[in-house]
Amino acid sequence: MHDKSVIELQRALRARSISSVEIVEACLARIEALDRRLNCLITVTGQRALEQARAADIRLAAGNAGPLTGIPLLHKDLFCTRGVRTSCGSRMLDNFLAPYDATVVERLEAAGMCMLGKTNMDEFAMGSSTESSYYGPTRNPWDTDRVPGGSSGGSAAAVAARLSPLATCTDTGGSIRQPAAMCGITGIKPTYGRVSRFGLVAFASSLDQGGVMGRSAEDAALLLSAMAGFDPRDSTSIDRPPEDYTATLGDSLSGLRIGVPKEYFNAGLDAGVGDRVSEALDEFQRRGAIIRDLSLPHAALSIPVYYVVAPAECSSNLSRYDGVRFGHRAEGAADLIAMYKRSRSEGFGAEVKRRIMVGTYVLSAGYYDAYYLKAQQLRRRISEDFQQAFQEVDVLMGPTTPGVAFKLGEKSGDPITMYLCDVYTTGVNLAGLPAASIPVGFADGLPVGLHLIGNYFQEARLLNVAHQYQQSHDWHLQTPRSIV
Amino acid sequence: MSGSGEHLQWQPVIGLEIHAQLSTKSKIFSGAATAYGGEPNTQACAVDLGLPGVLPVLNGEVVRMAIMFGLAVDATIANRSIFARKNYFYPDLPKGYQISQFELPIVHGGHLLVADQGGETFRVGITRAHLEEDAGKSLHEAFQGMTGIDLNRAGIPLLEIVSEPDMRSAAQAVAYMRKIHSLVRYLGICDGNMQEGSFRCDANVSVRPRGSETLGTRAELKNLNSFRFVERAIEIEIERQIELIEGGGDVVQETRLYDENRDETRPMRSKEEAEDYRYFPDPDLLPVLITEDAIAAIRTTLPELPDARQQRLMAQFSFGAELTGQLTASRAVADYFESVVSQSKADAKLVANWITGELSAHLNRYQVAIETCPVPAPVLAGLLDRIADGTVSGSGAKEVLVALWEGEGDADSIIEARGLEQLSDSGAMGKIADQVLADNPSQVEQYRSGKTKVLGFLVGQVMKATAGKANPKELSALIKSKLDGDG
Repeated sequence: MHDKSVIELQRALRARSISSVEIVEACLARIEALDRRLNCLITVTGQRALEQARAADIRLAAGNAGPLTGIPLLHKDLFCTRGVRTSCGSRMLDNFLAPYDATVVERLEAAGMCMLGKTNMDEFAMGSSTESSYYGPTRNPWDTDRVPGGSSGGSAAAVAARLSPLATCTDTGGSIRQPAAMCGITGIKPTYGRVSRFGLVAFASSLDQGGVMGRSAEDAALLLSAMAGFDPRDSTSIDRPPEDYTATLGDSLSGLRIGVPKEYFNAGLDAGVGDRVSEALDEFQRRGAIIRDLSLPHAALSIPVYYVVAPAECSSNLSRYDGVRFGHRAEGAADLIAMYKRSRSEGFGAEVKRRIMVGTYVLSAGYYDAYYLKAQQLRRRISEDFQQAFQEVDVLMGPTTPGVAFKLGEKSGDPITMYLCDVYTTGVNLAGLPAASIPVGFADGLPVGLHLIGNYFQEARLLNVAHQYQQSHDWHLQTPRSIV
Repeated sequence: MSGSGEHLQWQPVIGLEIHAQLSTKSKIFSGAATAYGGEPNTQACAVDLGLPGVLPVLNGEVVRMAIMFGLAVDATIANRSIFARKNYFYPDLPKGYQISQFELPIVHGGHLLVADQGGETFRVGITRAHLEEDAGKSLHEAFQGMTGIDLNRAGIPLLEIVSEPDMRSAAQAVAYMRKIHSLVRYLGICDGNMQEGSFRCDANVSVRPRGSETLGTRAELKNLNSFRFVERAIEIEIERQIELIEGGGDVVQETRLYDENRDETRPMRSKEEAEDYRYFPDPDLLPVLITEDAIAAIRTTLPELPDARQQRLMAQFSFGAELTGQLTASRAVADYFESVVSQSKADAKLVANWITGELSAHLNRYQVAIETCPVPAPVLAGLLDRIADGTVSGSGAKEVLVALWEGEGDADSIIEARGLEQLSDSGAMGKIADQVLADNPSQVEQYRSGKTKVLGFLVGQVMKATAGKANPKELSALIKSKLDGDG
């Protein structure tokens, strides 16, 4: 049953050949059996899932079920969930029970979905391996000595291990696409502003965007259709009518113009990854697409620009964790300043502290112009490169990551090496574009992801392209052998 | 008192930063109520508490109000302004930053003409006015060895109005502050309540040798919440700086607090040693875009402003600057005045004198605002009509006003019930007058021989005989005609 797609589960539920409670029970049993080893979940919310499943079964029986009613899912542990710990993978919020639901959580609950639990992540979404979590690293189901990528590593590994058919996730610099690639699943980060950030614990506000992970583009399209849409509680949310992303999945790719930026095939790219991407491009060509080489001249600047903008915003966003109102408070501090210092020193891990320090530095008087302002100017250049490219092509493609999943501990001692995992993904966040990653084969026995980038609000097109590929390849259906 | 005018060699230079709380129902970035006086933390929602994941949403009302203010001081309204984060740690600042405006404020480059006490007009430039959220309050007294935090104020909308250093004395600073106070209430954008902290200011004070063009080092006096404190704090700060410089010392740029009990200013313990607020545009909020059409639409909603209204009253009624200044100092008083004038047959001057005299005295005595005056405009108009048509004398009318204040009914019924009608029937009055003249032959003789001053005595006698009910004007004319005639 854990191998079934969302459409298959939906049909079975409608036919009353299975109940939502049975599906949820099966998922919970699988979590129980496998997650001790994988550590995908920080919190399991079995009771809540079963209650929602019972309510879903009533709706199904009454005939007023939506497409996702009775389907289980996992939420990344930075979406606030009422009465449930929302930790952000940090000791700082280990004791934090959110008093409200994020808009995303609220919408998916209203759609009748059943929340199985909250997934592991790099602390405050800062990382590319899920190793910086206070709750220990998540392991990659394809090779448990390796990382699942990050920061949404818990969600990606859980979907790859078939603990849940769907999971929410967020992407600030690649945190959906990179772990999706490393775990061999489908993940999409929508256009900035398409999914509400209300209730999503902020890392870097101008870059953070919620998205979805599933096995296939079709499953992802179903979840994204229910999640996306305007939210008056988020000023950066965009007021556009909702879309049914499944409606155009079947469209032909004949005449599709695919741009391949040469900067995405640089010296740092693993040969095996490059080969799988080329093979995927061949497949699109067979399906009638036109491949065109092009250039994004400022692409190389996206990592340095990102590592100014994101830490700057993070240093301010994380100021609220001062031990005064919620979260970790150090005991026995003699005065206010000591309480601040000790609470934050104890509550935050090394990578979070590093970024707070970098961010504080780049915003400081005397450095602001040279770093933050300069980065904002270059950010515009990076966006303009993309707009230039989209004059000529419909979709950009390249590798999602320079290499396959690496070993636990391999990069955690060297921040710069870790930051370079996101070399192909951060530009998309700086420009606010939608992008997806789909599995296109294996290198050294580990999944390889193809990166698809669209122009603003082209989510439907990206999912259509991904779905068409998945009609002739079954990489997305393969299950890690070690896990079954 | 040591007025700054006495410092012949030193010129004080003063600029004010006024914080006006905008009169919105809900907060600047959340739906929580702004009402004053709630139990601690009962008017603070998840957004005000800065919980993880919450986001600010701008209350459109504050934008409208800021634009109204900008138009009223002839300022430029920015077509695009930006909210920025001012980062610092303090327990009553829930997010660790205050959302304010920094590089691109919504209003900049305005000015006001202000009249000082001597009636002389001076110009004050308004550098900028920007929108920001207030912080919460730390409560140190209520808890033993601990500090309580009340976040009811967190997120209250403020308009910070920053002046140029254009004032040259404490008195000028207060006159400017009063003018802004009047203006924001005219505009209906701030209730001006200083006890509740709705209107407060910081003063930047420096001194320089008279004739010098360069500014001296300034001290910032924080959180002055009454006109009296502003004046006094600035005066003693000027004194302190002059004494310091004359004694060979240097003024240090610092933040100081005025202690009204000890009547001194002293350095404030700074929140942070080196203040670097690391301002940057708030990525949670979009730029505020304002079209010229929107500005024009708001312009049509502007009420008549104090200066224009004063000019109009001067022209319309031939009143002087002082009287019209009193009448227009508050919009409510001016509205009251015009309402009475429109409803009464009495001369406008009589109306003005009654409002700035008797009625004002009552309002002051009982600490009542004119908006809630127990004698509404139509009722006062009714009384003034009876003065105008001679039914009641001025002194009788004062008695009627007291009764009106106590809610004893309208002027006519009070006059009747208390028998305050003047005798204006010349027949009845004539008989009494004849009697008085007959009883006082020597005074009549004196009058006729040219000592016309005795007329007052004779009028007084008739008054006495009528128990004050005679209309003095009519009576005076009547006796005069009797004496001057053949009688």
